Amino acid sequence: MGCTSLRYRPGWFSRTRLERDPMVPEPIATELAKKQKEISVAEFFERNKQVLGFDSPTRALITAVKEAVDNALDACEEANVLPDVYVEITPVEGTEDEFRLIIEDNGPGVVKRQIPNVFARLLYGSRFHAIRQTRGQQGIGISAVVLYSQLTTGHHALITSRIAADRPTHCVELAIDTKKNEAEIVSETRPEWDKAHGTRIEVQMVARYVAGRQSVLEYLRSTSIVNPHAHIVFKDPKGQVWDFERATDVLPQIPEDIKPHPHGVERGTILKMARETKARKLSAFLRTEFSSIGSRSGKEILDKAGLKDAIKPKDLDRDQIKALHGAFKQVKVMAPPTTCLSPIGEQLTKRGLKKETVDISPEFIATATRPPAVHSGHPFQIEVGIVYGGKLPKDESVKLLRFANRVPLLYQQGGCGLTKAIEGIDWRRYGLEQRGGRGVPNGPAIFLVHIASSKVPFTSEAKEAVASIEEIEDEVKRAFRDCARHMSRHLRKKEKRAKTSEKFKLISQVLPRIAEKSAKVLEKPVPDLTHIICKIMDVVWIEDKIEYERWEGSEPPEGPKAYQPKPAKKKEAAVGQTTLLVEEESGLEVATNGHVEKSEGKPKGIWITTSTIEVTNYMLKSRKFKLYAIKPEGVVMTEVEPKPSAVEDRYVVWDLPKLGSTEKATLKFSFAGLQKGDFDDNELFVEGINDINVVGADEWHGGD
Amino acid sequence: MEVTSLAAKKKAAVKNKAANDRAIIAAQALETIAGEIYQDLSKKEIPSMTIPTRTKSNIEFDERHRVWKYGKNLSKRSAKTLDGAYMLLRTMYMTDFIKEMIDAQKSSTLREMYYISEGWDMAKFGDQSESDNLAEDLEIISGHLREDFKLRPEENGASVMGNLTITEFTRNGVARDLHCQDDVGDTGYNIPYNVEKEKITFKNVDADFVIAIETGGMYARLVENGFDEKFRSILVHLKGQPARSTRRFIKRINEEAGLPVVVFTDGDPWSFRIFASVAYGAIKTAHISEYLATPSAQYLGVTPSDIVNYDLPSDKLTERDVAALKAELTDPRFNDEMWKNEIEFQLQLGKKSEQQALAKYGLDFVTDTYLPEKLAEIGIL
Repeated sequence: MGCTSLRYRPGWFSRTRLERDPMVPEPIATELAKKQKEISVAEFFERNKQVLGFDSPTRALITAVKEAVDNALDACEEANVLPDVYVEITPVEGTEDEFRLIIEDNGPGVVKRQIPNVFARLLYGSRFHAIRQTRGQQGIGISAVVLYSQLTTGHHALITSRIAADRPTHCVELAIDTKKNEAEIVSETRPEWDKAHGTRIEVQMVARYVAGRQSVLEYLRSTSIVNPHAHIVFKDPKGQVWDFERATDVLPQIPEDIKPHPHGVERGTILKMARETKARKLSAFLRTEFSSIGSRSGKEILDKAGLKDAIKPKDLDRDQIKALHGAFKQVKVMAPPTTCLSPIGEQLTKRGLKKETVDISPEFIATATRPPAVHSGHPFQIEVGIVYGGKLPKDESVKLLRFANRVPLLYQQGGCGLTKAIEGIDWRRYGLEQRGGRGVPNGPAIFLVHIASSKVPFTSEAKEAVASIEEIEDEVKRAFRDCARHMSRHLRKKEKRAKTSEKFKLISQVLPRIAEKSAKVLEKPVPDLTHIICKIMDVVWIEDKIEYERWEGSEPPEGPKAYQPKPAKKKEAAVGQTTLLVEEESGLEVATNGHVEKSEGKPKGIWITTSTIEVTNYMLKSRKFKLYAIKPEGVVMTEVEPKPSAVEDRYVVWDLPKLGSTEKATLKFSFAGLQKGDFDDNELFVEGINDINVVGADEWHGGD
Repeated sequence: MEVTSLAAKKKAAVKNKAANDRAIIAAQALETIAGEIYQDLSKKEIPSMTIPTRTKSNIEFDERHRVWKYGKNLSKRSAKTLDGAYMLLRTMYMTDFIKEMIDAQKSSTLREMYYISEGWDMAKFGDQSESDNLAEDLEIISGHLREDFKLRPEENGASVMGNLTITEFTRNGVARDLHCQDDVGDTGYNIPYNVEKEKITFKNVDADFVIAIETGGMYARLVENGFDEKFRSILVHLKGQPARSTRRFIKRINEEAGLPVVVFTDGDPWSFRIFASVAYGAIKTAHISEYLATPSAQYLGVTPSDIVNYDLPSDKLTERDVAALKAELTDPRFNDEMWKNEIEFQLQLGKKSEQQALAKYGLDFVTDTYLPEKLAEIGIL
């Protein structure tokens, strides 16, 4: 948005204009000039209630929590502090509809003189024009909360803040002069506070507390999913405490400001940049003022534009700018640097989803983070997640969780481009119900979609829905298709296994008893069943399990020989795929893409994930084939047994020895670098055998 | 006195031996079933078992015995599928159980066996009808009666009242003569579960026909009104769907004493099935129809026409009634003119009446008017 103004806009006084006396003709401008005056902040607020998110008492409360929590998280992250956020909502005694809202964080605090500016002046903020991913973008958020509270209850906001342990705590009562858009400190104290640094805001407002999909609780839960580094505690109006735990000690990367990307920059901007640059040559101008242009692509652009390098940027005329602009579109340049974005990452999204769906015990969670892409010159990145099964209702439409820059979007689901992208996928192909192959599918699933961007293209200033932009929708579709492939593979495997497990029960339990009993009646020896078992099964049966084990060292064991598990710690097996164990005490992060490592003196130790695969040939003939096991990328392999034919970044592959009828082979790989439960679903593939005859693995197609 | 009792004891011992021998032969037949399964396993073949399909689509009229028996369709139970394997396993368990029981010279009720099967781990049954059915399967496969397997039903046969003397060998091995009017109370003689010759014989029968009655209320009415004496008839209470021993009893008295049999039931589709099981053979026991069914038995009523002719109080047919009637239209046993007309008429009428509906015209109406009229109609009186 970025240009909210407190001045009159022509449309605002159409009514006034109609009131003018028709008998006295006067130029309209003269008439307007008389009436043009500053309108009060209160009036502005009243007119823009909907846009600001205060149009109903229910929504006002959610918006207030949202603005304050966003601020708290932003502040903590910028100060490199793991956020501890406390939210409390209490009904005010003696009133029907007033609530007291307290939000407290352990962020860097605000220096006293800035408190009125930060909390009580609309359009004041430090991050107004930055090209990078931020939670808030309008600089109106928290002051709107203070204003709304004052307007509805007459109570002033109380702001407590401390910037360091050796500095005093300031508690300030803030009033807003609605005529002047100015904040006024009504009173101040220096209370004792147990926090070394942090900020606390307390307001009293007319509000309504509700449960359900659009509620404070849901908002905080969703926030916790996409901010797994945050610890949020919420005390609701009934006094019940909700603790949204931290799933990681790693703070998200702080997004950096970036320069405009050539694909999205407009001609006027190029002209302005050319006037202001210090570069003397065009090539230098391109290299230094734009992101993603190197000397080679710079040269290519100039060639395409037919411009000489020696031209001074300041001297570029309109035609040359036009040529340059045209060349930008023709030349392939790299995507903008990721540094302006701070995606959550596949592992952390999964962990966030996992910890907030423990009650549901889903059988499957898949997440995907797309590489960054660009829309109109603005880098963005799409992340999605699918939670499947467990106690989720089977015949209801899938629950969507939409996020923009780590902020939950609770309203306007139908009008959101992210929803449209989901609706545009034929989910029937992935085993979900969908009428006519369009629309939000039905099934026991939750879909998460997150767009991280330096500029999220919202449909309106209410910032609840993302505009329909082809590039974004395509990315969302790609990410979901990727996840859905994993999901349907998982479902197929499960289905095939369920079918065959009947037979497995038959051959392992029922048939031997038939043999025993018939032998007993006849008083004869029990016959051998091997051959019959293979006749009935006629498959290669692959079973797998994943186990997690604590390794007591800061470094993972090196190489196969170094790996000797200590017997002391308990093992937790994830037989049959899914475990939903939430890590209680986080250990050291080993390698998580693009995230700051943070251990803060906690006991060191890492998790070793071990995947064991058992292959049994229940066919009459012997079989020989290759088996591929997908492994997470970027982890440290600690053990692979038996000797694989290759360990690639994405998979381990074994050339299995010839397996005779009913012979068995056990394969194993272990790695360090993930938390317990992060890797919880083996994906196995076979090559050199028809996968119709295989239960537990699909045919290898080169690893797609 | 002593002499006769000794002779009777001796006679009983012979008869018991006969029963025991039959059990031993039956046990051997069961062993053959286990043997076939064992042989499949030894030959490295997936074990299986075939038995006649036990549905109404697979019953055929047996010209020789004039009853309905299973046709040529066979069902295969193979260990290829889990369900089939479970059936084979249950068969093995039941075979083993029966064999042990015969060896130990014990017997059990079907219900007792069901409870024992609860301990058969993965071979246990869902409910008793499943274990009862399997016992019948074993009869079919082995060609022996389940009584020979020492399995007997829970319920007793029903009651009899009439001018006949039955000699019953009691559990003490004593032969006792019982006159089914003078030596019994108002409920009549109780038919035991075993009605074979080693258990009962008909010493003296002096009556003109047998009337089999569905409900206890109507049976008691006929007893109270002295229908057995006035019309020289033998009253048999069916107790709903008649037990095997009741049907066998009726068949024996029909064959041995040459008495015609008439069946008197409610006027609804379920009662027609009761008649069918008495006269034609039940689908569930079609393998022993020639042993249980009385082909010459005639249906007396209440017919759907009676409902109209006698203007009887009636109830509306339920959906289940209608479905049962329609099923009877495709049942080969009801495929004759009389039944087709009556069933179609009832469907059209949409009504059913109980036997007791006849009380509309007074307590004596049934014995004084209805039954004499109906019996005259079919030529018995």
